[in-house]
Amino acid sequence: MTTAAQRTETTTALSKDQLLRMYRRMYSIREFEEHANDLYLRALMPGLTHLYEGEEAVAVGICEALRPDDYITSTHRGHGHCLAKGAKPDRMFAELLGKEAGYCRGKGGSMHIADPATGNLGANAIVGGSAAIATGAAFSAKKLGNGRICVCFFGEGALGQGVLYEAMNMAQLWKLPVVYACENNMYNEYTHYSETTAGEIMARPAAFGIPAETVDGQDVRAVHATASRLVDRARSGAGPSFVLCNTYRYRGHHVGDINREYYRAKQEEQKWSSERDPINILGDWLIQQKLADLAQLEKIQTEVKAEMNAAVEFAIAAPYPTVDEAEQDVYA
Amino acid sequence: MPETATQTGARELTFGEAIREALAEEMRRDSRVCIIGEDVAEAGTPFKVLSGLVEEFGKERVIDTPISEPGFTGIGVGAAMTGLRPVVDIMFGDFLTLIMDQIVNQAAKIHYMSGGTWKVPMVLRTTMGATRRSAAQHSQSLHAWPSHIPGLKVILPSTPYDAKGLLKTAIRDDNPVIFFEDKMMYRLKGPVPAEEYTIPFGVADIKRAGTDITLVATSSMVQVAFGAAKMLEEIGISAEIVDPRTMWPLDEKTLIESAKKTSRVIVIDEGYQRYGVTAEIASVIAEGAFYNLDGPVKRIGAMHVPIPFSPPLEDATVPSEKQVFEAARQLCGKS
Repeated sequence: MTTAAQRTETTTALSKDQLLRMYRRMYSIREFEEHANDLYLRALMPGLTHLYEGEEAVAVGICEALRPDDYITSTHRGHGHCLAKGAKPDRMFAELLGKEAGYCRGKGGSMHIADPATGNLGANAIVGGSAAIATGAAFSAKKLGNGRICVCFFGEGALGQGVLYEAMNMAQLWKLPVVYACENNMYNEYTHYSETTAGEIMARPAAFGIPAETVDGQDVRAVHATASRLVDRARSGAGPSFVLCNTYRYRGHHVGDINREYYRAKQEEQKWSSERDPINILGDWLIQQKLADLAQLEKIQTEVKAEMNAAVEFAIAAPYPTVDEAEQDVYA
Repeated sequence: MPETATQTGARELTFGEAIREALAEEMRRDSRVCIIGEDVAEAGTPFKVLSGLVEEFGKERVIDTPISEPGFTGIGVGAAMTGLRPVVDIMFGDFLTLIMDQIVNQAAKIHYMSGGTWKVPMVLRTTMGATRRSAAQHSQSLHAWPSHIPGLKVILPSTPYDAKGLLKTAIRDDNPVIFFEDKMMYRLKGPVPAEEYTIPFGVADIKRAGTDITLVATSSMVQVAFGAAKMLEEIGISAEIVDPRTMWPLDEKTLIESAKKTSRVIVIDEGYQRYGVTAEIASVIAEGAFYNLDGPVKRIGAMHVPIPFSPPLEDATVPSEKQVFEAARQLCGKS
């Protein structure tokens, strides 16, 4: 049984192309979320949404370690996972706006984006709701012998849900190829996780004999290095693992959660975004290592901005589904 | 035991044997079919319905789980999405309470929420029915709950023949199907042909033809209706028995046609009457056959109480032949 060791090494050999791709992906998620917030503020987006800003390194570092045909399950804060697994922003924005061109023909919305083409089993708006589904995908991957693995993304809020532990128990009993990726952004909605989580988080996977590692969720290279080990382990047939990614949610629980002083201080938010920003951490390192210069990074940013602007325009211009669509796809 | 007109062979099987045979045949036909649940392997479940399957198909396909209903139901959902066709075993229908998120928020909605891209070809077998002296948490008939949810199909066989044919259809269906077996019927015998057959969903079966009154009955209530029909015959009332067989899809046409023919209807179901299956079926018939009815559609369901343990109390909660007989006699104006 692996102990809950704090790991910070970033030793896997990543090619320059991979590093720049991860930079682009993280920046894409950031830009996507800025637009999502803007669409909300402009009253162009129905309902609300939960933004992933600040946590980009977790989704990107883990998904970079996956094969295109590997599975993921996502959460209500799921845009980052979807993009990191390869979803296209134009169809995602269309889904956010309830348009027919969206990944779910407008019937899922922000919290339910799913995409078989990229192995995305779907974002889930029930906290912990995908823990057993992810484990089931690993179950069939093992039974069918297709070499796939599944990553189950969930926030630390899901640590309060019993089904997570039922699924982890069976995953370890049956040595299923699943990685439980806990994104600890420190807040269960509007409550600090220390008020909801007894004991040590890492003692929970340990209780099932599931190897677990802690990683700095702001350092995409560290996340990728840890994820690569755990993904390889799963693919080799050694069974499930657990990774605790310590990260931070820049925005509120959802876009309308503006006044947050009653549960966290502005200084805390500023400290994370100024000192621990995952995009800056990778960007600075790339420049320092002379793997990229500022102009190259700015070029990526310009390209991403253009792509996101075009994607938003596409979604705004896209038609709504016709009303008869409401009765389609209830049954397969 | 009621027979259907479509039955051909003379071979007799129990209800439980018919279920087992359906599973075995489908597992032989399709290697993606597997069984997941508590004590499904060597134990063959407490009802012994699955006995022998692990010997033929092995523990890789007949999989014992921990006592974790939400966990293994959700694993079934995920496995169904990704290439298997699991048959999840929920020992007692009362445990639907434990898995409502997995079947209602997850299984039922995944196809729709994903814009028709993911499918959940999963069967969830569970039990219903009182009078086993199992008290309030092991005796309920909760089939109205999943019947309320778009995205689920809900099946209630009443004979060994129907059980086998409907279960084979359920396993081949690309949707989540909730399959209710009355635990008091497992030893009931009936003809089941040896030849391959399936029964389509959404097709009611007229179990007994009649002219004076329609008894719509589900699951074990079909037998109750047969008992009542026999008593009614003795006083000159000809009862037709219609078994919808599937709560959803529901064969509204056959229900309405029978009601139009007889002009009097009683709906009998072992679930609770209030807000239950009888209410829905009565409403369908009232809307579809209003001008042909001689009186309001009568409903008989379980007494609106938790199922009590004491035998005389428990028996009183379940619709009886006498109750149906009396209601039918009144409706037909016979004293």
